[in-house]
Amino acid sequence: MENYQVPERSGISRFFHWLGNDLKDIGGTFVRGDWRTKLSYIIMGFGQLLRGQYVRGLALLALQTLCNYFIFGFGWTYLKNILTLGTVATQKVNRVTVFGDNSFLILLYGLLTVIVILALLYLWRLNLRQNKEAEGILAEGRRLPTNRSDLHSLLDKNFDKTLLALPVLGIFVFTVLPIIFMICIAFTNYDANHQPPANLFTWVGLQNFKELFGIGGTGFGGTFFYVLGWTLTWAFFATFLTYFLGMAVAILINKKGIKLKKLWRTILVMTIAVPQFVSLLYVGKMFATDGLVNGYLLKWGWIQSAIPFWDNATYARILIIVINLWIGIPYTMLIVTGLLMNIPAELYESARIDGAKPFQTFWYITLPYMLFVTGPFLLTQFIGNLNNFNVIFLLNRGRPQSMSLSNNAGATDLLVTWLYKMTINDSNYRIAAVIGIMVFVVTAVISLIVYNAIPSVRDEEGFQ
Amino acid sequence: MARRRKIANAVCYVVLILLSIIWLFPFVALVLQSFRGENSGMVSYLVPKQWSMANYRFLFGSGSKFLKWYGNTLIIALVVAVCQTMVVICVSYALSRMRFQGRKLLMNIWLVLGMFPGFLTMICLYYLLKQMGLTEAGAVPGLILISVASSGMGYYVCKGYFDTIPRALDEAAILDGATRAQILTKMIIPMSKPIIIYTALVAFMGPWCDYIFASYVAFGHEDSYNVAVAMTRWVWTNDYQGYFTRFCAGGILVAIPVTILFMCLQKYYVSGVTGGAVKG
Repeated sequence: MENYQVPERSGISRFFHWLGNDLKDIGGTFVRGDWRTKLSYIIMGFGQLLRGQYVRGLALLALQTLCNYFIFGFGWTYLKNILTLGTVATQKVNRVTVFGDNSFLILLYGLLTVIVILALLYLWRLNLRQNKEAEGILAEGRRLPTNRSDLHSLLDKNFDKTLLALPVLGIFVFTVLPIIFMICIAFTNYDANHQPPANLFTWVGLQNFKELFGIGGTGFGGTFFYVLGWTLTWAFFATFLTYFLGMAVAILINKKGIKLKKLWRTILVMTIAVPQFVSLLYVGKMFATDGLVNGYLLKWGWIQSAIPFWDNATYARILIIVINLWIGIPYTMLIVTGLLMNIPAELYESARIDGAKPFQTFWYITLPYMLFVTGPFLLTQFIGNLNNFNVIFLLNRGRPQSMSLSNNAGATDLLVTWLYKMTINDSNYRIAAVIGIMVFVVTAVISLIVYNAIPSVRDEEGFQ
Repeated sequence: MARRRKIANAVCYVVLILLSIIWLFPFVALVLQSFRGENSGMVSYLVPKQWSMANYRFLFGSGSKFLKWYGNTLIIALVVAVCQTMVVICVSYALSRMRFQGRKLLMNIWLVLGMFPGFLTMICLYYLLKQMGLTEAGAVPGLILISVASSGMGYYVCKGYFDTIPRALDEAAILDGATRAQILTKMIIPMSKPIIIYTALVAFMGPWCDYIFASYVAFGHEDSYNVAVAMTRWVWTNDYQGYFTRFCAGGILVAIPVTILFMCLQKYYVSGVTGGAVKG
């Protein structure tokens, strides 16, 4: 970093630079290549097959056939409609339903086809590169890698490809494609009134985002910021309260002279072990108006009428944060217990000799060390809490609802539980997609800020 | 000095006992209510007036599909635990030990993908599964497929552990003529027992709480519910008054094996979360 560097080119200009070089290379390979290479431009793997590299050749040829079959035999019928998402509506002709275009499938399979085309392009480029390489090797009079060594390298030098092929494919189909699809949905009018196969939906540009920021004026924007505010408040308290109280409990159990350390820890860890849908549903019911807590408070005469824990916005919010401590403290306790052992004992020893009070040693030694080491943990906890569906949903499903909030949002709804309700109850997919994108934006912004502020998050190789 | 320490310790014990009571109370209450015979709804007292096994008998009787749901969940949990662990090991080894083109890019893309909320894609996944015939009646394999397919992205903890195994060992093995595949199966996996158990344990425990997606995929088809979906319905529908103690009994039956398993493997779990927290 000390020396001066040539100012880096921006991403876009770098991309075009790379693209230019690549096109030059593709042209050059064609001009200089022999007839085998030239034919490989149309039939992938041709050159490899003729040069005796059957494994590579057959693999490429098979993939090309498969991709072409998919694109022309299946994908094209969807892809050609992607700009309109279908024009022929489903109708009833003489009491028989005649199905028209299905916007959902057009968008889904259209996107899939685009991805397959890109994959084919990549394979095609790979095929050319291999041809060029093989020609080079033969020109130098060396031998080409044999089929046997090609296969063997999949267990050795190219083992990463063997290992990652299936996981990457799985993530592609079940994570990447759906996410791209849902991002597209945010720019359409796909909702309860436009549900395929009965109805079409279509592109509406930025309409949904305009609604979000209040320009459309349906009250949706105000609710969004209300829910966002509670989401951030919740994540803040849920993260830091459990963090500091968990640390306190860990230090308490770790204290010299406390016996049965393992027993105390095991008792606390019960809340991690028992599946949350059992424990949280039960605790949620304990605080119901006809639940155990109200029952005993009434019986002892401490209150005159049942406290509506879940029907009052403020009570519900406080209670959720408190119950979350019950779930969250054990996690922090486990982690902090492991780390407490790592703090050099000499630090404490010298502090004691200097006459530091226990609180001072905590404030000046334990806390800074913990904050430094657990920076990444705090970040993942915070983001996990932003999306903490289980605690909110199993305890009270985001209630209490209020007339002043749109789209059935409740006072304890997080963005994700609201998104869930919109998908399940209201079929309001376009707004759900917008919310999902906003959750992503919030998460990304917070991560970026923390990433730049805490060194221990950044340092991947540093821990190796 | 000694006197002060004694007092301090006594205060600590009081706090710990109070904490233990708070932590255990809901579980004790759950057990007590599951044996209640006189009223199967919600009541405002703790100890049953009439002890009974009726709730458990109901679950195992012909009037309830509890065993079917339990079996579904168990199958999902076992298969997911095995497959997910294998996927995570493969991905972690490739990312920790191999240096290939696009490695950083891949990790960054996965990091960004992880920032999207999971339920965003629910409707799309549902339609994908539906095209394959893996919803409703086929919900069990469908749920397995969904959990396993995306599990590669949860490689952080395992990769972090692999990173701590010195690379000099790999280099020595390569000099001895071992292939990368042999290094993984003969060396890394035997050395990583704690983290493999941790990965499998977490993967096994996940499906027991899977309410959200399972309820969507299996919608309306009782035979493919898992315990979470089926029993949550007992608590939330309007006639839960009749099913509350049955929910308690079912909850106990779900919680016991999972809790015992967790307690036995607690040591590995602790090493996993601690490592994961520090390495991020």
